[in-house]
Amino acid sequence: MNEPRFAAGQRVRIAERTPPVHHRVPSYAKGKVGVIERVCGVHGMPEHFIRGDGKPAQRIYRVTIPQTELWQAYQGSETDIVELEIFEHWLESAE
Amino acid sequence: MSEPWGPHDVGGREGGPIDLSEHDTAHWEWQIDAMVRLALKKGLISDFAELRDGIERLTPDDYENLSYFERWAKALATTLVSRGVITESALTAKAQVIRERQEAGMGE
Repeated sequence: MNEPRFAAGQRVRIAERTPPVHHRVPSYAKGKVGVIERVCGVHGMPEHFIRGDGKPAQRIYRVTIPQTELWQAYQGSETDIVELEIFEHWLESAE
Repeated sequence: MSEPWGPHDVGGREGGPIDLSEHDTAHWEWQIDAMVRLALKKGLISDFAELRDGIERLTPDDYENLSYFERWAKALATTLVSRGVITESALTAKAQVIRERQEAGMGE
């Protein structure tokens, strides 16, 4: 397995795409910017092994996104966050 | 917000009240769970995510109306047919046999 591309504290943007296959990224988070909270484990990428392309492993990160970034009309505290676990191939740097 | 992928992708949308009532697991629901685990152990499916894919391909009506284990059952059947483990006609024939047995009052 290669080294993690991202480290805790880095800003990342979640890709905005919709492959027509199970891919574990909720539509409300696509295109949004968050911060890496930690590097998690590795797991097979569902988009690949469901199509029969083997089971290549990919690193997973926990990404925190402010609620105010996700919902325009959010009424709660500015410090409220959502935490999502996202595969590396869905993330790009937003530093 | 991006376009949703499948009827499950509802985060952020109005969903109405949540049914919080508890219920016991029926025998057939344990059987579906057992079949899913057996299919994994035998390598007939590669990962739970394969069944998630089947569930996400359900029509919005099916997704709304089927219970949790009915969704798993339908996804498992679809996956095993698409992988050639069983045929659609064998599945339909077996379902017909069970239906006739139930209608004859012999239970399962």
